[in-house]
Amino acid sequence: MSKRIDVKDLNVYYSKFLAVEDVNINIEARSVTAFIGPSGCGKSTFLRTLNRMHEVIPGARVEGEVLLDGDNLYDTAVDPVTVRGQIGMVFQRPNPFPTMSIRDNVLAGVKLNNKRMSKSDADDLVEKSLSGANLWNEVKDRLARPGSGLSGGQQQRLCIARAIAVSPQVILMDEPCSALDPISTLAIEDLINELKAEYTVVIVTHNMQQAARVSDKTAFFNIAGTGKPGKLIEYDDTTTIFNKPSIKATEDYVSGRFG
Amino acid sequence: MMTGRDRPPFTAGISSDLPSSARHRAVTASEIDRLEGRDVSTHTLKASTDRGRAGDKIFSGISLTAGILILAVLFSVAVFLLVQAAPTFTADPTEITGGNGFTSYILPIVIGTVIAAIIALVIATPIGIAVALFISHYAPRRLARAFGYVIDLLAAIPSVIYGAWGYIVLAPQLAKGYTWLAENLGWIPFFTGPASQTGKTMLTAGIVLAVMVIPIITSLSREIFLQTPTLHEEAALAMGATRWEMVRMAVLPFARPGIISATMLGLGRALGETMAVALVLSPGALGASLIRTGNQTIAAEIALNFPEAFGLRLNELIAAGLVLFVITLIVNMIARFIITRHKEFSGAN
Amino acid sequence: MAANQTLQRRQSQLTRGHLPSYAVWVVLGASVILGAALASLIGFSVVGWAVISAVVFVIAATLVTAVAEGERKAKDRLVTYLVYGAFLIALLPLVSVLWTVLQRGVPGLSYNFLFTSMNGVTGATDNQALENGTPVLGGAYHAVLGTLQITLWATLISVPIGLLTAVYLVEYGAGKNLTKAITFFVDVMTGIPSIVAGLFAAALFALLFGPGTRTGFVAAVALSVLMIPVVVRSTEEMLKIVPNELREASYALGVRKWRTITNVVIPTAISGIASGVTLSIARVIGETAPILVTAGFASSINWNVFSGWMSTLPTFIYYQILTPTSPTAPDPSTQRAWAAALLLILMVMLLNLVARFIARMFAPKTSR
Repeated sequence: MSKRIDVKDLNVYYSKFLAVEDVNINIEARSVTAFIGPSGCGKSTFLRTLNRMHEVIPGARVEGEVLLDGDNLYDTAVDPVTVRGQIGMVFQRPNPFPTMSIRDNVLAGVKLNNKRMSKSDADDLVEKSLSGANLWNEVKDRLARPGSGLSGGQQQRLCIARAIAVSPQVILMDEPCSALDPISTLAIEDLINELKAEYTVVIVTHNMQQAARVSDKTAFFNIAGTGKPGKLIEYDDTTTIFNKPSIKATEDYVSGRFG
Repeated sequence: MMTGRDRPPFTAGISSDLPSSARHRAVTASEIDRLEGRDVSTHTLKASTDRGRAGDKIFSGISLTAGILILAVLFSVAVFLLVQAAPTFTADPTEITGGNGFTSYILPIVIGTVIAAIIALVIATPIGIAVALFISHYAPRRLARAFGYVIDLLAAIPSVIYGAWGYIVLAPQLAKGYTWLAENLGWIPFFTGPASQTGKTMLTAGIVLAVMVIPIITSLSREIFLQTPTLHEEAALAMGATRWEMVRMAVLPFARPGIISATMLGLGRALGETMAVALVLSPGALGASLIRTGNQTIAAEIALNFPEAFGLRLNELIAAGLVLFVITLIVNMIARFIITRHKEFSGAN
Repeated sequence: MAANQTLQRRQSQLTRGHLPSYAVWVVLGASVILGAALASLIGFSVVGWAVISAVVFVIAATLVTAVAEGERKAKDRLVTYLVYGAFLIALLPLVSVLWTVLQRGVPGLSYNFLFTSMNGVTGATDNQALENGTPVLGGAYHAVLGTLQITLWATLISVPIGLLTAVYLVEYGAGKNLTKAITFFVDVMTGIPSIVAGLFAAALFALLFGPGTRTGFVAAVALSVLMIPVVVRSTEEMLKIVPNELREASYALGVRKWRTITNVVIPTAISGIASGVTLSIARVIGETAPILVTAGFASSINWNVFSGWMSTLPTFIYYQILTPTSPTAPDPSTQRAWAAALLLILMVMLLNLVARFIARMFAPKTSR
């Protein structure tokens, strides 16, 4: 249940403005890849192009190819909805659906797609997904309560459970811990380590220690100045990026001399 | 705000390169696989559902249709009124009520409408603004919300009840005052005697209209007063200004366009209001005195005569309605224009 | 010297030149007394007394302040009094209307009034009731039914159109010229005089089914013209405050846009939408003018909105006052009119309360 992603010559535009330029990257299946870089360098924008979420922003478009196990996401016959079913996403701020219970939040992806499911199948899926998100023990007695009643960290794990309930191949995480306290952050990081056994995980983070802790590979993005496009500067094993990067800008950034 | 479309233009309309039956089969298979948690290695991203896409198209199509329908309704209001009013303009002038053609029929009641609206505005504008100021800057904080509800209550009362109140309670009360006005201020054309003994006059109608317009002016002005940048207010107070000086220096200049458009919207309401005038005014020929029986407004003219009208008289009243529609449309459009421009400049919203 | 200072209470530098707080009450008392005196000069009445006292008080208090504290403070005080006064003046008609409706409406609000129509009630019936001192016959049952039917149909027409238009404006049409046009004209539509809306429906059905077509449904169409813009505006506001994150979360699960709207966005905003719809019903339920020109007038029950004339509570009030059933003895008609007015106000207030209740109770709990 995991696929690799290969990106070829990708440019991202907001209307006429080139936001991210010429990215080439190969992301292995069953691994954790971290995107780091200063604010505004285009790492979140690039992450969104991996499941076509950038298309909800008016004027945003891409050139180039993103291959999911060889299938191009941007092939003209591909429906973005199908793409997002296979490549899930977790956002910066936890966003459980406020009108739904914890259980319904987990089942949202399945139910909203109008798929029929027996109650026992649904129960199994809820338990499996919540266990997969390390949340089952905390919420199993209050599945009918609203998801918004949970703590921030629990909400974020609920969002991860919701994402894995639709059985994606890849999970994208856009700064998933930036709105959480340190203890909740640790819980999410542990979870990311477990998730890579089954999924390909791509995480954007501002926190370099976090990238060092959770990821197998790290990609450093940078921007030459305001109004210039963001670029992928260096992509390598995490240990290499943090210990002996080959490019000066990467070294400056990871050593805290800049950004 | 959600703005994007689901798909960028360059992938639009190319969903039919596979036979739909083939695609349906692929989907069903993959769905089952997915539900059973099996890996779908032969899975292709192209396995999209026609039904799903159709759902998107149908739904956006329906909501677009609803939006266009509204434009069509407004347009057809104008067209239908025009069509039904047309016979009036081509008819022989002697057949029109009054016997002198449409212009001499409509002009006095247009003037009457404007007089009633002006009386209402002269009374309602200062009171409405002062009440808004009371709620936004003067009333004790804890009570301000409750006072706001009370003023909204004023807007919730149906117009026919105001009309009945004006007819039965207010008019007889005012009649005494009118007699006094005619005796002491009769030299002013507005107060020429003999005063109406029932009190059912233009001035009474204007006062009732004012009561109905106050909540409109108040609620809009209040909203804008509350948007005044706190920084400006605090700057004024820090200079040692009294509360009134703060209001005059910081609040009123900021709110001026809003007050103007609130007044215009109130004017629109006063021009078009029917029941209060129909019940409160004993209609008659146009005259300057506001405390004598006489004068008439378009809306009341229609309401009083339409139920019994037939033939050309019906067309005539619809033509009168068209005139009213045009007048209020212009007033409202000016008001809306001021509001939109104000929004762009203030950055509020 | 030192002893002197401790004996004399030193006045604060900050309050020097200020009037003591009791000064205002003294001025008020004097004004009330002077007002009574002046009022009895021109023929005493409570209203005259209150008005004269208020005017005297505002002038006197301003003058006293001007002398003691200076011109700036006096202006400030004058404006404060005027602003408070304006609020009291605005309250007068509200209190008077509510008091009148209660006082005159309660006696007429009987079981008989609520559950009989005006069918068979003539001037003779009313005259007899007055002569014999028996209860007034005839009621507003037919008008209540008419009000409910016409309002229901207007709601059935307006809500889908209004809701879908708002969905288009917020979810599909952002930034487009069509959106700007619709928004502008919806705003303009809010200002259409209600009688013009009535004439529109009358003209429309006159063209389709011949002149003089008057039914409850025509009235419902007229009310829809007034109701749609209110529904659009309130729904639009509610959809706009649904956080974008929820839409994105739904898309990221591979949910289609239309299902996201129907199953995530609208449920999140539903309490606000429902409250807006309720308020729009409250707005049109009291409309009179459009009913006069579209539904005509009836004194008996009509269950069919598609044929025959129909009465509503507002038109019932209007005709009972303007053309009493018994021209020689209008009192029974007036009583019925006020009872109907009370009923109508109760309905409108109830709708307003329900709207607030819905908005407060069913708002999604976003504890963040």
